[in-house]
Amino acid sequence: MTTLAALKPRRPDGRPVWEEKPTLLGRFGKGTILTLVVLLVLVPLWVVVVTSLSSTETIDAAGGYVFLPREFNPSAYVVIFSGGQVTDAVLVSTLVTVIGTALSLTVTVLAAYGLSRPGTVLHRPILFYFLLTFLIYPGMIPSYLVVTGLGLKDNLLALVVPAAVSAFNLVVLRAFFMGIPSELLDSARIDGAGEFRILFRIVLPLSRAVTAVVGLFYAVGYWNTFFNAVLYLDRNDLQPVQRVLQMFILAGQSPTNAGAGSVVHLPGIGYTAPPNLAIKMAVVVVTLVPALIVYPFIQRHFTKGVIVGAVKG
Amino acid sequence: MSAPSLVKPEAVPVTRSPAKPLTFGARLRRDWPLILMCVPAMLLLAVFHYLPALGNVIAFQDYNPFAGDSPLQAFLQSEWIGFGNFQYLFETPAFWESVRNTLGITAFQLIFYFPVPIALALLLNSIMSPRLRSFVQSVVYLPHFFSWVLVVSLFQMMLGGAGLIAQTARDAGFTAPDFMTNPDTFYFLITSQAIWKDAGWGMIVFLAALAAIDPNLYEAAAADGAGRMRRFWHITLPGLRPVIVLLLILRLGDALNVGFEQFYLQREAVGRDAAEVLDTYVYFQGIGVQQWGVGAAAGLFKALVGLLLILGANKIAHRLGEQGIYSKS
Repeated sequence: MTTLAALKPRRPDGRPVWEEKPTLLGRFGKGTILTLVVLLVLVPLWVVVVTSLSSTETIDAAGGYVFLPREFNPSAYVVIFSGGQVTDAVLVSTLVTVIGTALSLTVTVLAAYGLSRPGTVLHRPILFYFLLTFLIYPGMIPSYLVVTGLGLKDNLLALVVPAAVSAFNLVVLRAFFMGIPSELLDSARIDGAGEFRILFRIVLPLSRAVTAVVGLFYAVGYWNTFFNAVLYLDRNDLQPVQRVLQMFILAGQSPTNAGAGSVVHLPGIGYTAPPNLAIKMAVVVVTLVPALIVYPFIQRHFTKGVIVGAVKG
Repeated sequence: MSAPSLVKPEAVPVTRSPAKPLTFGARLRRDWPLILMCVPAMLLLAVFHYLPALGNVIAFQDYNPFAGDSPLQAFLQSEWIGFGNFQYLFETPAFWESVRNTLGITAFQLIFYFPVPIALALLLNSIMSPRLRSFVQSVVYLPHFFSWVLVVSLFQMMLGGAGLIAQTARDAGFTAPDFMTNPDTFYFLITSQAIWKDAGWGMIVFLAALAAIDPNLYEAAAADGAGRMRRFWHITLPGLRPVIVLLLILRLGDALNVGFEQFYLQREAVGRDAAEVLDTYVYFQGIGVQQWGVGAAAGLFKALVGLLLILGANKIAHRLGEQGIYSKS
């Protein structure tokens, strides 16, 4: 945003000329608080990663969680990915995330475009139909009865379809689509393009960033899905990663069905049996890594969008 | 305070030549592909959102899942008992306990959670270096994308009986209390989890409001001799006021919603007395002990009171001259 303020004289440290010199105490306090905030977020993640890569000796020497890395021992990861419950769970979660995101994004983009032109027939009632979901919630019990009544018990679709449409994402996409100059769409229409062609050839290529972010939001939601699995899945081999994480960390289950107790041979390390704690930490890392991977994309595009939207009111 | 606007003015609708308006049928023939595009999403919502919303009527039934072969059959066969479930509910102390816990947690978080994103935004806004600023921003937004299972697990690993803090304290010869199972500190525990997970994300809207304050105001005030505190009091706070009021009102309207998974995950460790909220009560009544009608009644009670609170809060927002969740037209 180029405003006049950006052209005003500033001191080399970025401070406007009229602002007082920061006090030493103020700077020290600010620095301390900021460091503390950042450490509060990063230290737990650091400890988890380091512990997951540690051997039995290191963990015993540290008395549990390891703070300073002494080695790089990926045996815990080798064990959890060579079959067993965690391997199943990662496959299930990946499948649910991919299929769910594809479905959600498709129906949301279609509806958002369908609603992006006020003045079309039935526009207001259909919009109202979507917005009403913000006010009227389905109850947990009737939802459970509907999903089980459709025969989705122990079916992975139960993790996908109940949460497939988010009216919030729809509204975000629709707002973006409405901002595309209508001259562009009209000229395509005059050239004989149908609505589907306009959507896929003109509108979507112009809104790649916002569509990607909405897709990532759906993906994070599907990867984090937990409670629907508690409700609808009984079979052990269908549980998603969040559920496995809960069993191992919060319910205190020993990770034997994730391969604890087995010995692996690693080049450069030799025969090694990863300790239970390292296996548990490796499971934590597995649930958290996808969020870390998609995060930079969301960060780049979405926060900007949110801020613009919020300022406009 | 109008800076030169680079934004194109709102597009002026093309004025049609005064022809007779199209009939409904003609408009339908023109627009049907657009409507067709809305249908898949509408169907999904119809089945998984509105159908269950209507299904709340089993709150007035003695719902028995074994009365028929399918939930629909069972619904048709089950006996209607009017307000029986509600009567049972209102006479059950455990229900009121869950209501009390829910409201207590909302009040607690209003005091201890709500100001944190504002303070964070102010702190961040005062950082001059853009690189440091975007680094801190990236770090504090991150936990928003973690699931509750992950957040509670991380807290368990740090604060639990076998956690990092307890381990460090043991090495130093102390015994640290186990925060994860102590009902007395439960409010602090869940609030710090909420802060850890979402305060950074909640900061975005305040950062936006801060960015919208005209910097010339600060300069003019400084030229007139206003110090830091007075600039904060007379410029920053009034600039944030509309956002603060709006979010406060929305939170009040949402008083019965404190989140479900966070409590479901910790209810066993901390005990029902402290950790039972309305949502977990619905779950354990309905699906846990299979009193479907009672569970649905508790859910419906929550939904209706929640709807009233939202509409009421919105009314207050309009009274105060704020915009509210939907504009008053």
